[in-house]
Amino acid sequence: MRKRYESWGKYPKHQPASVYRLRWHTETPPFDRFDRPVLAYGLGRSYGDVCLNENGILLDTARMAHFIAFDEERGVLRCEAGVSLKHILDLIVPRGWFLPVTPGTKYVTVGGAIANDVHGKNHHREGTFGRHVTQFELLRSTGERLLCSPTQNSDLFRATIGGLGLTGLITWAEIKLRPIKSAYIDMERIRFGSLDEFFDISARSDTRFEHTVAWLDCIAQGSALGRGVFLRGNHSEEPGPLRPSKAPRLYVPFDFPSFVLNPLSMRAFNTFYYYMHTPTRSQKRVHYESFFYPLDAVRRWNRIYGRRGFIQYQCVVPPDDRVEVMRELLTLIARSGRASFLAVFKEFGEVASPGMLSFPRKGVTLALDFPFEGEATLRLCEQMDAIVREAGGVLYPAKDARMSGEDFRRFYPQWETFRRYVDPAFSSSFWRRVMGETPANRTNGA
Amino acid sequence: MANICIVGATSAIAEATTRHFAARGDRLFLVGRSPDKLAMIANDMRVRGAAQVETFVLDVNDLDRHVEMLETAEGAFGPLDVVLIAHGTLPDQRECERSVAKTLDAFQTNAISTIALLTEVANRFEARERGVIAVISSVAGDRGRQSNYVYGAAKGAVNIFTQGLRNRLAKKGVAVVTIKPGFVDTPMTAHLPKNALFASPEDVGARIFRAIERREDVVYVPWFWFFIMTLIRHIPERIFKRLNL
Ligand SMILES: NC(=O)c1ccc[n+]([C@@H]2O[C@H](COP(=O)([O-])OP(=O)(O)OC[C@H]3O[C@@H](n4cnc5c(N)ncnc54)[C@H](OP(=O)(O)O)[C@@H]3O)[C@@H](O)[C@H]2O)c1
Repeated sequence: MRKRYESWGKYPKHQPASVYRLRWHTETPPFDRFDRPVLAYGLGRSYGDVCLNENGILLDTARMAHFIAFDEERGVLRCEAGVSLKHILDLIVPRGWFLPVTPGTKYVTVGGAIANDVHGKNHHREGTFGRHVTQFELLRSTGERLLCSPTQNSDLFRATIGGLGLTGLITWAEIKLRPIKSAYIDMERIRFGSLDEFFDISARSDTRFEHTVAWLDCIAQGSALGRGVFLRGNHSEEPGPLRPSKAPRLYVPFDFPSFVLNPLSMRAFNTFYYYMHTPTRSQKRVHYESFFYPLDAVRRWNRIYGRRGFIQYQCVVPPDDRVEVMRELLTLIARSGRASFLAVFKEFGEVASPGMLSFPRKGVTLALDFPFEGEATLRLCEQMDAIVREAGGVLYPAKDARMSGEDFRRFYPQWETFRRYVDPAFSSSFWRRVMGETPANRTNGA
Repeated sequence: MANICIVGATSAIAEATTRHFAARGDRLFLVGRSPDKLAMIANDMRVRGAAQVETFVLDVNDLDRHVEMLETAEGAFGPLDVVLIAHGTLPDQRECERSVAKTLDAFQTNAISTIALLTEVANRFEARERGVIAVISSVAGDRGRQSNYVYGAAKGAVNIFTQGLRNRLAKKGVAVVTIKPGFVDTPMTAHLPKNALFASPEDVGARIFRAIERREDVVYVPWFWFFIMTLIRHIPERIFKRLNL
């Protein structure tokens, strides 16, 4: 069980020169002795290379995971940056609180959630994770510890939220929780046959449902293009059991051989998922685990993509021409025959994020996986980039392993302001890639 | 609500164990030598639900302060129900071979201090005829090996001592739990290359909590070490002495 420092997509495979493990937020790593760029690494759930630091130094924060204070009356939790959302849920759900915003897995650290300014199914209501962060401490490589909040060191606060770990080490953070009466979600499932239908349901759902998301069949073509299943739900208002999730029992013990995921098996899966949901509409009360974290049920599910890993592509495109743009993307994806499981589809709202480099913005977002098959996969992504670019959309760094530096700087023109807040000792494989810098230099050994 | 005293509370294994007591709402008396780390663990345990948390700064080799520590704990909470002794150091075997002082230091921290504590705690618990005394020893105490026999001898002393103590206190309703972990991924083993035999402090902590709850006697953690050590103990000395273990 030697710990591997890889990202969730297992691509690219960038190993650090060394790893420094942290256990206490008061501990200062010996920055003056580090002769290579430094980057915090939590649970490795970013998909591409924002959490990697080839030939650099990783600060492993997974064991810097203490709670510091919990105000149960006001729902304010302060904890070290390595605490995972799972740890938080196990603690707060029995006491009637829930995360204000959660991504599709609970195995991310609080530090990682801030650094990538993650979002969830309630973006149209609550915005990103960073909006609910009241303050945090940032340790700079000078050894300086800065308290950052919307009113204190507010520039660094905004730069660090969505700042991809480049502004220093987040040692602890404080977040504002939301109250719940039950661990259950009142959920509705609606099958839709086209993109127009999706946008119609979405528009009608946003005011009545805190959580909305859709799974799209990304293999269907022609008249079936854009079909999928819409999920929407609210935390149940009826007082119910406040039971946190159980530990997952399923586990992928090794990387699957590449023939397991082939066009045929993927088509079967997508079709099955679509028709599984008969009748066209159903209502159910489900535990939050199955509503928010269906993939957490299988530990290390990323291994089904085999050793070569996969690329997750996530973009957001502005509301104008959204049907046309999405149709173009979906047609391209379906024709390529390279997509795997379902695509996630959701409309983001207008709630602005405090983060300087944050990804979510008004529009519609599409996320899907491609098993990594070398050049062909990269070429397909580039074709998609062109459509996204043309539509005025952007890509999500937390998922990215390959966008061009030019695209990054076009998508995030704020990078020039952001760069001023980057800690000179910090860098990542992602940052060097999009900034066109040379890899971390090897000063000793090698 | 039980009164729990953890000596060496900043150890990664002890911390993982303590979280189970905290979640249950027990009262915790945390003993360690670093006030800063103790405070962080205390806060964490409070958030997790401990009814009350007190800390006490002690270098376990300050044998003269053991009684003061126990009196402070019982002064704060009343009689203790569980004492878990978890502190330890993993000395460099090679350095010990060259230095009597280092060897004795390792013995002091891993055996003498523990035996001193056990003696005090045992007398208190015996008089009250209740309580659980748990000690984190090690599989290394099961047989002397060239690579690690200084540490192993100290842990071996703790094994025999707790075995005798268990025998003495069994009639008095006091349980003595000897915990023998194999390799655990903690700061103590940070310098060692990790392999498949390493367990996580969380898994080990959960097992220790259960062993204390069930008042078990000798516990190998994870369980497979029982078989490994049984095998190792049964290799005839004639052969064993030639091995590079
Ligand atoms: N890790 C393993 O593979 C393994 C295997 C078998 C048995 N064990 C045993 O498990 C127990 C816990 O170790 P661990 O793995 O959790 O390692 P750890 O995190 O390094 O814990 C060792 C603890 O002992 C404390 N300590 C050392 N000397 C002390 C002294 N003189 N006074 C007070 N406290 C002292 C340390 O305090 P500071 O925090 O202040 O340094 C630290 O909290 C030890 O008894 C160890 O021998 C460990």
